[in-house]
Amino acid sequence: MTPSATLEALAKAGIPAPVKPLLTVENLTRVYGKRIGCADVSFDLWPGEVLAIVGESGSGKTTLLNCISSRLTPTCGTVHYRMRDGVSADIYKMAEAERRYLMRTDWGFVHQNPIDGLRMTVSAGANVGERLMAVGNRHYGNIRGAAIEWLARVEIDEDRVDDQPRTFSGGMRQRLQIARNLVTEPRLVFMDEPTGGLDVSVQARLLDLLRGLVSDLGLAVVVVTHDLAVARLLSDRMIVMKEGRVIEAGLTDRVLDDPRAPYTQLLVSSILQV
Amino acid sequence: MIAHAADAPAQNLASYNFAYLDEQTKRMIRRAILKGIAIPGYQVPFASREMPMPYGWGTGGVQVTAAIIGRDDVLKVIDQGADDTTNAVSIRAFFAKTAGVATTTTTPDATIIQTRHRIPETPLHAGQVLVYQVPIPEPLRFLEPRETETRKMHALEEYGLMHVKLYEDIARNGRIATTYAYPVKVEGRYVMDPSPTPKFDNPKMHMSEALQLFGAGREKRIYAIPPHTEVVSLDFEDHPFEIQHFDEPCALCGAEQVYLDEVVLDDKGGRMFVCSDTHHCESRRAEGHRGALLGDEPAFGDQPLTDKEPAL
Amino acid sequence: MNTLLVASEVKKTFIMHMRGGVELPVVANVSFSLKAGACAVLGGPSGVGKSSILKMLYGNYGCDSGQILVQHHGRHVDVASASPRLVLEIRRDTIGYVSQFLRAVPRVSALDVAAEPLLIRGVERETAREQARDLFTELNLPEKLWSLPPATFSGGEQQRVNIARGFITDHPVLLLDEPTASLDAANREVVIELIARKKADGAALLGIFHDLDVRNAVADHVIDVSAFAAGKAAA
Repeated sequence: MTPSATLEALAKAGIPAPVKPLLTVENLTRVYGKRIGCADVSFDLWPGEVLAIVGESGSGKTTLLNCISSRLTPTCGTVHYRMRDGVSADIYKMAEAERRYLMRTDWGFVHQNPIDGLRMTVSAGANVGERLMAVGNRHYGNIRGAAIEWLARVEIDEDRVDDQPRTFSGGMRQRLQIARNLVTEPRLVFMDEPTGGLDVSVQARLLDLLRGLVSDLGLAVVVVTHDLAVARLLSDRMIVMKEGRVIEAGLTDRVLDDPRAPYTQLLVSSILQV
Repeated sequence: MIAHAADAPAQNLASYNFAYLDEQTKRMIRRAILKGIAIPGYQVPFASREMPMPYGWGTGGVQVTAAIIGRDDVLKVIDQGADDTTNAVSIRAFFAKTAGVATTTTTPDATIIQTRHRIPETPLHAGQVLVYQVPIPEPLRFLEPRETETRKMHALEEYGLMHVKLYEDIARNGRIATTYAYPVKVEGRYVMDPSPTPKFDNPKMHMSEALQLFGAGREKRIYAIPPHTEVVSLDFEDHPFEIQHFDEPCALCGAEQVYLDEVVLDDKGGRMFVCSDTHHCESRRAEGHRGALLGDEPAFGDQPLTDKEPAL
Repeated sequence: MNTLLVASEVKKTFIMHMRGGVELPVVANVSFSLKAGACAVLGGPSGVGKSSILKMLYGNYGCDSGQILVQHHGRHVDVASASPRLVLEIRRDTIGYVSQFLRAVPRVSALDVAAEPLLIRGVERETAREQARDLFTELNLPEKLWSLPPATFSGGEQQRVNIARGFITDHPVLLLDEPTASLDAANREVVIELIARKKADGAALLGIFHDLDVRNAVADHVIDVSAFAAGKAAA
């Protein structure tokens, strides 16, 4: 293929020249009394980009995730999100109704523990269909059809559609939670240790599934993880945090293969080799 | 058929205020009612009082009735459509005694109808007030246990959860199996629990001539549907809302298109379906309608009920 | 001939914070250029910093100083100072890389591993797989392996998957880190042929080859990395 053919292929595949960031975080700070949750964090996230936030427990990565996903009001700093109409909006200046609408349509949030992100006492189909109903879909057959389609995409058999997630294994619950979030085709998904607490083989399957969905749907993702292998597999870019501050940031393989900061070197050297 | 109670009971019973509640309390409840009328379907919190009856026996409805009743009012009380069940009889007696108002069993004659779980079959007219006794006013409670969250959901009109409930119904039963307390949307805004009335009665709430007030004593909530208000039962496009249908007419009065109760007649499987609205059934029989069970003979229950009521 | 990449005065030092901040100079003053239609080879004893240079060109290692200018989408951009986003774009469209070892992803088949660089560019999955199949056939990778994840493959099999992945695109610049190290003679010949084709298509290649036969067969000129040894530059 010649280079010009490549450009044609790009245009044909409908990949637009990306112009502006989807999410812009500036000087985000959250303090708990005198203690720092996260301090002075800034970054841009572009459409289709996967950003990993890594660090050990207590490094402030979850605080940061909650602040940028509007689940926790920051002490100072701003978070701007480019809405579907192209206009960039400060999420903390939006009306609450608008922000919540955004959260259940254009955004997703995958919790570490599926119990926090699922309704355990309603069926898998209703779990997936809830967001559709929330945005006004009123056709049972269509909602159920979409639910079954999404269950298939996350490798859950159609005959489980009427079962409650209580009866699902940990890996299945996590996949159901992902389907529930993706059914409205969000553009941005936040994930908090999505593979935490799963067996290694289950984890591998989930990671592979996530990689596929992220690239097929062109999702932008902010994923918090303490597992550097997860960060390497999923993310394009990463941020290393310690004591609430960004220690190092950059291309994921650059940070992992050529770590600069003392703390990053410590983290990388602590990875268990198999 | 209006029964007049003994003269001026309030003066004779010095320890009682008119209609039991003190004036300040009634004023507080009236404010809640007015707010409820101003925001149809919105649950207004109010300082529910202890009443001389247990929770679950209509303490909410009684407080609403006490706050709106005047000396000239005519009160009807029904429990599941019947004027002659314990709850209905005792509440009617309560107001006859504490407010000295006239009582009736005839739907068109009443100015205030307090009800538990039914709407009368006879269409209500302008000037009437229907007071519902409500056990659990929050329609979202089934899926969201946090009050802070359900309030926010109402405020932001986030009602997807209501359809999750209906979805589950269809997924499990092949149809919407909710038959009572069927959620409605009021005036295109608030989703409301119509109290445990059968969904058969839901269409009667829509554009009703009468004012409808709802009182939940234990849960301390009052809400309202003013006259001529749009009340729409929630449903899916491919599973539209429909009311119950009965295969046979009332065994006593032969009425169709009314809500029937099943009555077991013996221990050999004998049973009959009769109007749940006793006044409706009686007035039809008085007009000469005869159900299958009665044949052509005049039957029991043809006499006005109030005549048989024990003297207070 | 058209110059596609210029490295100028590139310097790299590792600072080992785990060992008390000791500084390990790697290379300094690295300067060379790559021309279209030619294959340059990095020469010098092992440990002299050949792989580090490749990794810096690919943006995998950072540079302390210097510039790495590459013709990307018709303009010159500096890989050494490019934003992560731009580096990813350069990797997608301009600089390809065949690493020494395959980083296998769980559950992804060899075919999809090889086809991925085309998929990232938006090529249809079936078209991309077809091209991967052609390369696997050429590289004599047994067909029964194609649909399996390469994690359990032998070194030579993994390397062939890696080569297919690197050669499937038409990147104008291609970096090769010991692509023939674990291959038998027949497959080495295939790689030599693939490199010759890339050159004919006008790509600029830069490789590390320990195998002298391969090196002699593909190299248009040799860049002696010992000349950039950090100690020497400092002297």
